[in-house]
Amino acid sequence: MSTFLGMPSLAAPGASRRGPAADQTGADRTRVGDDVPHPDAPLRWGETFPDAARAALNNSQLRRNLAHATSTIRAKRAAVVGEVPDWEELRTAGSDLKVRVMADLPALLEEFEKNFTARGGIIHWARDAAEANRIVADLVKATGETEVVKVKSMATQEIGLNEALAAEGIAAFETDLAELIVQLADDMPSHILVPAIHRNRSEIREIFLERMEHTPEGMTDAPRELAMAARAHLRRKFLAAKVAISGANFAVASTGTLTVVESEGNGRMCLTLPETLITVMGIEKLVPTFEDLEVFMQLLPRSSTGERMNPYTSLWTGVTPGDGPQNVHLVLLDNGRTNALADDVGRAALKCIRCSACLNVCPVYERVGGHAYGSVYPGPIGAILTPQLTGSTGHSDPNNTLPFASTLCGACYEVCPVKIDIPSLLVHLRARTVEEDKARHRPTAWGAAMKAASFVMADSTRFATAEKGTAALRLLAGKKKRVTSLPYPGSLWTGARDIPAPPKETFRQWWASTHDDSPTTPEDAS
Amino acid sequence: MRIALAATCLADAMFPQAPQATVRLLERLGHEVVFPPTQTCCGQMHVNTGYFADAMPIITNHVEAFSPVLDDEWDAIVVPSGSCTGSIRHQQAMVCRTQGNEKLAVTAEAVAAKTYELSELLVDVLGVTDVGAHFPHRVTYHPTCHSLRMLHVGDRPLQLLRAVDGIDLVELPDAESCCGFGGTFALKNSETSVAMLGDKMTNVRSTGAEVLTAGDYSCLMHIGGGLSRTRSGVRTMHLAEILASTRTEPAQPPTVGDPGTDRSATSIEVSTR
Repeated sequence: MSTFLGMPSLAAPGASRRGPAADQTGADRTRVGDDVPHPDAPLRWGETFPDAARAALNNSQLRRNLAHATSTIRAKRAAVVGEVPDWEELRTAGSDLKVRVMADLPALLEEFEKNFTARGGIIHWARDAAEANRIVADLVKATGETEVVKVKSMATQEIGLNEALAAEGIAAFETDLAELIVQLADDMPSHILVPAIHRNRSEIREIFLERMEHTPEGMTDAPRELAMAARAHLRRKFLAAKVAISGANFAVASTGTLTVVESEGNGRMCLTLPETLITVMGIEKLVPTFEDLEVFMQLLPRSSTGERMNPYTSLWTGVTPGDGPQNVHLVLLDNGRTNALADDVGRAALKCIRCSACLNVCPVYERVGGHAYGSVYPGPIGAILTPQLTGSTGHSDPNNTLPFASTLCGACYEVCPVKIDIPSLLVHLRARTVEEDKARHRPTAWGAAMKAASFVMADSTRFATAEKGTAALRLLAGKKKRVTSLPYPGSLWTGARDIPAPPKETFRQWWASTHDDSPTTPEDAS
Repeated sequence: MRIALAATCLADAMFPQAPQATVRLLERLGHEVVFPPTQTCCGQMHVNTGYFADAMPIITNHVEAFSPVLDDEWDAIVVPSGSCTGSIRHQQAMVCRTQGNEKLAVTAEAVAAKTYELSELLVDVLGVTDVGAHFPHRVTYHPTCHSLRMLHVGDRPLQLLRAVDGIDLVELPDAESCCGFGGTFALKNSETSVAMLGDKMTNVRSTGAEVLTAGDYSCLMHIGGGLSRTRSGVRTMHLAEILASTRTEPAQPPTVGDPGTDRSATSIEVSTR
């Protein structure tokens, strides 16, 4: 059986995976592009990274869209970061603040709770996605409403809130333009900041024409026309909504203040017009004091959208009588964060402020896009965050392939506004995966090869003997002086790259024949 | 100066021309070069693939082979590889600590503090940028990721290349992009690796260079493997080979892939012309 988009049906009931936008315009429609159907687990979609990447690499439209979009954002970021004389000091300050937050998290959370509650807000604690979804669904039901508007939020993506609400008969409408595009297409986000980065404007026009109500006649794919059509559509939702759901970029412990940073003003609409506001936020989003926002408000816009300042920054502290939402809730979400916090190296991933600069500079992300990571958190940050949030379910867990989805080129670390040493964390998580296999006494081909190589490479006599083995490769190279084809697994290399014929003489042989009269060994030195 | 050479396992076995050139260059500059014979490998491949426990015997061997530098047996250690220098400097001690060997970690840090990548040694320690080289060819330079972002060698290799007599040094577009090698990444994610390699090769070929150079034969093996497969007519050389080349002792001409004997290459060469 296939779903209405022609995608294969997943294990769970299809209805629970579809957004309300899908249901409102009927089920008999053609498939739009290479959309990814909503998974049951937003942090683990199913395929290993190499398998998912293989499919993505073959999508020429995706490759072009991504190359264009990432290079544009990269250039914008570089320009606005380059004009800040104390950028490195800001990065250090951002990193230090977040390290402090991780160290003092229990106390800061309690301080925040006290201050938020004192101003009329209501705090809810959720250990995992199911608890958070339950809490939000119950809060919405208590209002009697069946429709909510949403501010773009990674936390609610992470817990699959829209799908959980749909299962309870509640329609959640995304109001961020890119998130709207993704929702209308019944697709999944492929980027943290620009979730529809894998779409170009002609694809977006097609999605609007097929899926959005009241699109103007003769709408072209000019960005302004697309934006105006979405604006008209969203305005009706804003004015009718009684309940809004948001995430939060920062929460100030000393004042009990929540912050949303955005570009389109849809957030401001959602945060001010409805009667009830429900925010879902990861527990790591705290900053100690109001002054600390100064650092992050400089780091975030320049790193994410490549702007000196984002157009809309909304801050709210509990309830303001007679102004804005009068029922203000906050769901504090763990969902694996305390597991990451318990790992003294891995916890650095919790410093992340979701700017997505690491995605835009990543040469792997640029080629394969976000869907290949099988998580709502793609790219370098996703490769270190996702496996920590989910934990490993065993050797065949696709999330175990994520830390290996990198050349360790270091471009991500260089741009990270809070100095997360992503390459080092990737290596750390690779080692964790290897250790888990060992602990389960699960032999692997890689493990055997590495053990054998370790034996050979730890001793110069054994190594020199092994070097003679390259003679076989030289034979294979023959007169061509290049090896062009090897059996598996060598074919993984020779499929696209030659190997030059190995030299007749290794370096140490050359050295012995040219410099042998002056041997200097550790023994001689003593 | 008395300088110990860490040849690296890959260059020792497959690309001896890089450490050989390093020896010739440093000797020409009046320094004594020593090859500690018990050396093998820095352990980078095991570490970056996550096999910390299996890396330990290799790291132990490396640290022991080069620890005489701590007794002033040598003034410095030179490595003709950015990624191996990076692993020695930023990973060895970390791995020792995760494996509960603090003593070795401390020694590894001390040895690493006297270990330099070739361009660092030349520019920072020896204070030379003009090494008296002569290389009358069109060359483009790929700044390998670990040289660039782990060691921060900056423009040191370019300073050295610009001073080479007769060189036609051309800028590589999008130079700072990774070539897609990444050690075992090239096998574990070979298709993504090849996608990155393709873009790098396009940029290399756009320069019209005869020679692609870099400070690391692992990346050069990757890009060179692709340039060879596509019969691009561009050859790869380590930075040391160019710097070692002089009028009286010019760099050896390439021997890889003599087209006259390579029938399998004919059709590709015709089609790309």
